Amino acid sequence: MIFFTKLFIVFLSAALIHNYVLNRFLGICPFIGVSKNSSAAFGMGMAVIFVMTIASMAAWLIQHYLLIPLNVTFLQTITFILVIATLVQFVEMVIAKISPALQQALGIFLPLITTNCAVLGLVTINSDSNLSFIESIVNGLGAGAGFTIALLLMSAIRERLDLTDVPECMKGIPIAFIIAGLMSLAFMGFTGLVSQ
Amino acid sequence: MSFKHDFSRGIFAENPTFRLILGMCPTLAVSTSLVNAIGMGVATTFVLLGSNVLVSLFRKLIPSNIRIPAFIVIIATFVTIVELIMQAYFPALNKSLGIFIPLIVVNCIILGRAEAFASKNPVFPSILDALGMGIGFTGALALLGATREILGAGTIWGYHVFGVGFNPVIIMILPPGAFIALGLFLGLFNSLSKKGKA
Repeated sequence: MIFFTKLFIVFLSAALIHNYVLNRFLGICPFIGVSKNSSAAFGMGMAVIFVMTIASMAAWLIQHYLLIPLNVTFLQTITFILVIATLVQFVEMVIAKISPALQQALGIFLPLITTNCAVLGLVTINSDSNLSFIESIVNGLGAGAGFTIALLLMSAIRERLDLTDVPECMKGIPIAFIIAGLMSLAFMGFTGLVSQ
Repeated sequence: MSFKHDFSRGIFAENPTFRLILGMCPTLAVSTSLVNAIGMGVATTFVLLGSNVLVSLFRKLIPSNIRIPAFIVIIATFVTIVELIMQAYFPALNKSLGIFIPLIVVNCIILGRAEAFASKNPVFPSILDALGMGIGFTGALALLGATREILGAGTIWGYHVFGVGFNPVIIMILPPGAFIALGLFLGLFNSLSKKGKA
């Protein structure tokens, strides 16, 4: 039971308390770029959850069965980015084979994820904080969920923002950052959620 | 097509942070103080310079359909060098920049310059381009870092600027302050560049 409680805390912490976008500043580019409408935001969110979970698994296995035994952990950054790039390519091919409908939905977002710093950030954080295999997967799932929550909220706000009277120089990206700041302020309220 | 243009473009007209809106993650995350901002700026400039030179040297050898993975490997190599140098000589800075040192790999400015400039131009203009973009990025980070440090901690480069009675606006050095400060700066630069054109 304690095991599951711990996993739940890892999940909550990744999704809400240390939200990858609003608290750790990872994945800002897609957060600002893909948040103009909700359906694109949803597609991107799902693709990110998917890739983050698989990347956590792959990175953990490579870290513990290749880099540490061979004593080449300084190659971590190069290895991880290549693993992520290959993985994204591979996932894209598999999806194209087994489910054209899903590929249609996620298609254009998958290549973008390679350069999404949230994924590389996630696997680096996983390895820095010595998470176990299961914890890494849950952390990836939580980080993806947190990213999706932030992205969906943002896109809903920005759809309404189109109809409001924003000063000329603040239109578009500047006002999006101010909104992100206010959301980040709100998410700080989750800080006390898990007391250790 | 002048060398001067290659250099100065990155600083003003195509400033990566304020005009092109690239490399937002490190900009927001490390601009809590001027020291962090400059440290990050210099590290990024070093990687940018190294990768621009190598990409430009190998531009005729790299087949165009695998160029992106090739660029990423070149960039990741330089980032690893920076990581090891930081760990060895600047442990305090390394600790406060933390995960954002390895994340220089996915900084879109670097891949963007490799793709848009270095892969099409000879070495010397690529060096100028890297230096200009690097200085533009460092300058933008420093501006944001200094603003947040003065307002949020009442210090600059660690020295107190206000008297003892000053009550720092702590929110400015917390995550929300980063978003709000950057949003306001972007708005300011938008309105300045509009005025310049009119």
